[in-house]
Amino acid sequence: MMTWLRQNARETIAALALVILFAGYIAIHPRGFSTYVVTIWSNQGTLLGLAAIAQFFVVLVKGIDLSVGSIIALTNVMGSFLLNGSPTSIALGMAVVLTVGVACGLVNGIAVVYGGVQPIVTTLATGGIFGGIALLLRPTPGGSIDETMSDALTYAVAGIPVSAVILVIVLVILLVLLRRTAVGLGLYAIGSSEQSAYMTGLRVNRLKLVAYGSSGFVAALAGTYVSMVTLTGDPNIAPSYTLNSIAAVVLGGVALSGGVGSPLGAVIGALILKTISSLMFFSGLPPLAQPFFEGLILATAIALGALGVFQVRSRLELYR
Amino acid sequence: MTDATERTVTSRWLNRDRVSVLLIALGCVALLLGGSLLYPGFLKPGYILQQLQIAAFLGIIATGAMLVILLGEIDLSVPWTITGTAIVVISASGSSNPLVASLAIPLGLCLGIAVGLLNAIGVAVFRVPAMVWTLAVNAMLLGAAVFYTGNSRPNGEVPWLATQAATGRTFGIPNAFLVWLVVAAITVWVLKRTVYGNYLYALGNSRRAVFLAGARVRLVMVATFVLAGVFSSFGAILLLGYTNQAYQGMGDPYLMPVISAVVIGGTSIQGGRGNYIGTFAGAIFITLLSSILSVMQMPPAAREMIFGAIILVMLLVHGLTNKKEGV
Repeated sequence: MMTWLRQNARETIAALALVILFAGYIAIHPRGFSTYVVTIWSNQGTLLGLAAIAQFFVVLVKGIDLSVGSIIALTNVMGSFLLNGSPTSIALGMAVVLTVGVACGLVNGIAVVYGGVQPIVTTLATGGIFGGIALLLRPTPGGSIDETMSDALTYAVAGIPVSAVILVIVLVILLVLLRRTAVGLGLYAIGSSEQSAYMTGLRVNRLKLVAYGSSGFVAALAGTYVSMVTLTGDPNIAPSYTLNSIAAVVLGGVALSGGVGSPLGAVIGALILKTISSLMFFSGLPPLAQPFFEGLILATAIALGALGVFQVRSRLELYR
Repeated sequence: MTDATERTVTSRWLNRDRVSVLLIALGCVALLLGGSLLYPGFLKPGYILQQLQIAAFLGIIATGAMLVILLGEIDLSVPWTITGTAIVVISASGSSNPLVASLAIPLGLCLGIAVGLLNAIGVAVFRVPAMVWTLAVNAMLLGAAVFYTGNSRPNGEVPWLATQAATGRTFGIPNAFLVWLVVAAITVWVLKRTVYGNYLYALGNSRRAVFLAGARVRLVMVATFVLAGVFSSFGAILLLGYTNQAYQGMGDPYLMPVISAVVIGGTSIQGGRGNYIGTFAGAIFITLLSSILSVMQMPPAAREMIFGAIILVMLLVHGLTNKKEGV
């Protein structure tokens, strides 16, 4: 147990911070700990949590995805057209939405792997393309989503929010795949050292495509879930998801230099961010001051995570 | 890449940097010719001068972004540095205290210095990844601006000097473009001929090597982020003179064009490679492209898509030529 905690120090600290923040949130919330409050919190957290997992896959292989938000917006908008009608048409619509997500991820992956373009600029450009398509399909928020399905996926059963169950299922599947399969371990290997991974005989290009495709798939899940929660397709949600997903993975102990971290950490980071902004809402601070404090807390949290720099023995270790 | 390939690549006259500049210059010409087919006024000097004037705002802001990118970092706090500077300048200039009013522009530049220092503290001292830290700084600036203005449009006056520099003309040439030329000349000199410039390229290539060589790595990093903040604020003041008003989110549409201008100009996003002429041409290219897309009366969505697609194609051309050269 202690070794596990030491090995996963970043995640443990983040989880502790989350517990404290959540306790604070419940303490100041006028309705206290109730199924209603927890369900709303869990739904919001699941949205950002899925976005953070999508970001995690790309960061794991030393990339960064500035198009995550745009993929979420695009799949959300497509969901607002397709996720309605008979069960068969909803199922088909769902398949189309998820395929589009994977395709978007693969476009990024192909440009990075075979086009030799850096991930950050690739996704900056493709983010514009995906976001543009979303905006073309639906210039203003609107559309309709099957309400029975939405109710089933966003309410609570026996006091447990369905969104939390979904998030836990996704996390368990991903953790098993990442830690117990050759493909998952290969992704970590590429993130740690692409050259060594290549020398070991891993199919680096193909594995990177897997990472980008998985990222697109999870982003599409997030987009679908946005449709479920908001019941509309909104093309303008992209920037906030992109930025928060990056902040979330960093808070959750995922190294932007690749190869370190887990989807669990990414989700914890996302939940921390969500809890901070909910805390702000009920904190009694003047509403106009809230964005500033949100930014300040984010910066402080990141800086605290970086305090390790004052323990290094040689400053050489700081420069890589 | 190995030393040998680097030498063969750079010894040829048509090296990588020149290819990117050439490519982008051809792109500008193609845009102008293509535009003139749709709208005959495109090749008139009046239109071209106006585009150079608009490109100057982008180009000056991109200068700071390029320095940071050469260092191997990135500055995502550009949007709200622009907005914040515009708000500070417009409200200081409209102040009833004549001393504050006369110091409006220096105050705006001070904001840029402050933001640069804040960015540098996170990136150079705490070694937080620049991408996250500057994002958080951007969020704080946004919060501060919202709090200060009460989320309404700030009132005040635009300083006379800003209006003159942004919209005035000297011998028929827009002042903004002349200012940009001066900035460009100084930047080229700094990058090619000063110790600071050499360190900047070296740091982008190998921070460890430069540290071991005894250079003051942190100082160079801090200086670079401060310069980037100053350039953002400088561009913002010109922009303020041009638009004659400050408003929430006026800097938001600048982040992507600024980074695109630097990167399609051939500067490597990983740092250490690139020249200013490329950024200069990149800023003009981006300005022409968005002008043509708006003249064609594309809906904003389609404009965004085409913009993204063209930038992706240019990056792919770069990426594939790099691969061939074995970079």
